[in-house]
Amino acid sequence: MAKLLIVDDSMIVRRTILRQLETDGVTDILEAANGRQALDLFERHLPDLVTMDITMPEVDGLECVSNMVRIAPDVRILVISALADEETAIEAVERGANGYVCKPFTAVELNAAFEELRGGL
Amino acid sequence: MAMDEKDLRVFIRGVGNYFEKVFGEKALVDPPFMHGQESVIQDYTGVIGISGRQRGAIYFTASRAMVREMLQELGESPDDSEGAGDMVGEVANTLSGNARREFGGEFLISVPMVIHGKVEAITFPKNTNSFIIPFIWRHHRAYLIVCLGDPEIGK
Repeated sequence: MAKLLIVDDSMIVRRTILRQLETDGVTDILEAANGRQALDLFERHLPDLVTMDITMPEVDGLECVSNMVRIAPDVRILVISALADEETAIEAVERGANGYVCKPFTAVELNAAFEELRGGL
Repeated sequence: MAMDEKDLRVFIRGVGNYFEKVFGEKALVDPPFMHGQESVIQDYTGVIGISGRQRGAIYFTASRAMVREMLQELGESPDDSEGAGDMVGEVANTLSGNARREFGGEFLISVPMVIHGKVEAITFPKNTNSFIIPFIWRHHRAYLIVCLGDPEIGK
């Protein structure tokens, strides 16, 4: 059983992720629309899995990844971002993300990455 | 760094890729043209500010009918005005962010801003080349407006 936090400043993207993800075994799903809200929810609920946007108001996703890993080193984070350059993906992984999916994504791509993320639990 | 044809092709490819991946149907891109006096601004416009390697802005502008169809396709309510703004902002964000595949991490993008309504005129960033990329998706015409210029000029 796992808790999932979905972080994206776009409501449509959050809902698309929710609709497309095969979340069997996920008991609680939380949503955050910016980095500050994400960190607040993370500290209070300590989710096992996180999907994380990067370009967001308040605190950006890369900073959130660093903070979350510091708080809970076992958290599994999948970055889902439009930033398609290799250096950003590398930086996300260096900060502690476990995977990187580039927007736009298909349901197949999303679920393949999510399965891999869950495999590490 | 002024924009050239190679830069423009990055955005043309981006438009095709976005609609094919998200909606399963490619957008047909017409020849781009330089922005003149004409206004192509539609009912909803998403704007991304650009800094770093280049300076300027990227606009995705679409009609209400097109945004309604996009929302419906994604399982959203077509009448949700907040959702419509979110939709155009996310398209502008995705097309801008994807351009970093070619331009690199120095191509910095802002969070999206949304303009509601067919405003008479938008003042595009000064000292930039403004190209309009028209395209058609399911009979709807929309535009990607790319205004990019040298970061050192016009500061």
